[in-house]
Amino acid sequence: MPTLDQTIDEILKLAANSFNVPREQLAADDDFFQKLNINSLQALELLTRLENHFTVELPDYEFQGVTSFRGLAERIQARL
Amino acid sequence: MLDLNQDPSLGAALRDALARWPDEICLIEADRDRENCQMTYQQFSTAALALACAIQQESFSAGDRAAIIMSNQSKWLVSAYAVFYSGGVLVPLDFKLTATEHLQLLAHCRARLLIVEYHLWRAITKMPAFKDMTVSTVLVTEAPAEADLAGACRWEEAKAAGEPAFVARQREDAACIVYSSGTGGRPKGCVLTHRNYLEQCKALMALFPFWPGVRYLSILPTNHAIDFMVGFIGPFLCGATVVHLRTLRPEFIREAFVKYRITYMSLVPLVLKNLETGLRARFAELPPRRKNMLDLLIAVNRLLTRKRPNVRLSRLLLNKVHAPFGGELRGFFVGGAFTEPATLQFFYDLGIPVANGYGLTEAGTAVTLNDLHPFRPDTVGKPLPGTEVEIRNPDPEGIGEVAVRGPTVMSHYLGDPELTAETIVDGWLMTGDLGRIDSTGHLHLFGRKKNMIVTEGGKNIYPEDIESAFEGLPVKEFCVFAANYLWPQRSSRTIVAEQLVIVLRLNPGQNFDAALRNDLAARNRRLPDFKRVSSYVIWDHDFPRTASMKVKRVILAEEIGKKLERATAVMEL
Repeated sequence: MPTLDQTIDEILKLAANSFNVPREQLAADDDFFQKLNINSLQALELLTRLENHFTVELPDYEFQGVTSFRGLAERIQARL
Repeated sequence: MLDLNQDPSLGAALRDALARWPDEICLIEADRDRENCQMTYQQFSTAALALACAIQQESFSAGDRAAIIMSNQSKWLVSAYAVFYSGGVLVPLDFKLTATEHLQLLAHCRARLLIVEYHLWRAITKMPAFKDMTVSTVLVTEAPAEADLAGACRWEEAKAAGEPAFVARQREDAACIVYSSGTGGRPKGCVLTHRNYLEQCKALMALFPFWPGVRYLSILPTNHAIDFMVGFIGPFLCGATVVHLRTLRPEFIREAFVKYRITYMSLVPLVLKNLETGLRARFAELPPRRKNMLDLLIAVNRLLTRKRPNVRLSRLLLNKVHAPFGGELRGFFVGGAFTEPATLQFFYDLGIPVANGYGLTEAGTAVTLNDLHPFRPDTVGKPLPGTEVEIRNPDPEGIGEVAVRGPTVMSHYLGDPELTAETIVDGWLMTGDLGRIDSTGHLHLFGRKKNMIVTEGGKNIYPEDIESAFEGLPVKEFCVFAANYLWPQRSSRTIVAEQLVIVLRLNPGQNFDAALRNDLAARNRRLPDFKRVSSYVIWDHDFPRTASMKVKRVILAEEIGKKLERATAVMEL
């Protein structure tokens, strides 16, 4: 299983590619709504991309209140 | 539909409905493409009464308050009926609030029972204020087998044999306490009575009837006033079916439309707009000849339905558009925030009417609703039957504060007689919204008299409630406002650009530098995304204050509005 830091790194790469933001501008504790300039529906799109990438199911309702890339990584780690 | 004049309470009305349509399907819960459960009215009754029995054994009784913090799912409805059956007062809390806010509201309403999803409960138990929580019984849903429940019990095991007592309530008794806004110094808990809900249900179902066989797709959480009424009370009292979908992902919503042949659905403007964008993109990809044909059919449909919708005709003309929606869709309900007329017109022209309206928690679900006879996308419709709307102190254009009187207006704010007296004056609810009634009786909204915004997702945000997030900011003083409150949009045609701004009074010699910006941005990030300020305003004068040093917001807002221009003063954060 990847480490938390590896998972964060993969999330940041994927988010940067998906939403056309330079990877170096993203950090683990950033708020992804703000950094990617996305709304709640686009955040679901990000979740879908993460599901496909990590081959894991991420229910919308379990991600309530998660706003940082690190938070995403922690929840994904718990399901890997 | 049941004759609601006969039933004194929501509990009694639901009990009658469950007995009347025992074999109809009342509830389906789906998660993505999986169906979690399907219940008849009889099965729903059995499940809810076992829960009612269990909570009554914990001495839950008439007038006790039960809070529910759950996303969109079947256990919400089962729990709510068990509470009503037991004579309780339901407190539907927004599951999107933070755990701290949940604890504040649980304390404010003095909830005796809490029914909560596991991951939300886990967040609550991690808060420092958890040790002071006084809720006596907590039922947690969907907890993993090995989970530490911190003293709570499993919802799934809260079943007791035997017959629970049906605890009668009267029309004027409280049915629900619904928080209309934040949790800062002054939570606004609207106490809504059984009469409020039963009258609202009668009025709405008269305009948009449900019947056995109707399938309502529920994607909004049931704590949302619209979903509570048209995704629970309304369909249940008409023998219809509610389909709960536990995801908002477009691909699964599309699938659910077809799989369950959906009749109605409620959504917030943000989701409706997203749907429009998707459809427009699909249409744009059509080969030119097919695109021209579609445009022609849409024009014909618009012409033939200009006086009123004709769903059958529209399905016939535009079957390729309707088929992906399951072919039985009769319309959408939208509310909670302002919807662009062009979006409403887009769907109407496709033969998918969108019933938009205007409502506020203090007046139940809806005050006005577009009855579509004819469709008026430029308005928020006419007052519902039994509801009176007046415009107070109109200006020469006829625009003034919207006042509402009728059987759906709340009883009072919980524990706040002063605020109640300010808000309900001589039986009229002063909404704080600015509107005009045209010659055909339709209401047009123009902005807000009060310092608040409604987000695209339908959330009421009171700036005062979020100021605590900025406490300690190294400036002399600050205050958060709705931009439209500082610069009222009275002359515009519609409500536009609702945003929150933080007004900063810097210390002598201080500049707005990168460190201050970063500090501001970091504090802002701690707020849920829909509560964040988008911009800041630098103000060069001390804030006016009362003798007790409270900021005189009204005066400050007037001064800012007079001395600064919105276009130049508002700086993006």
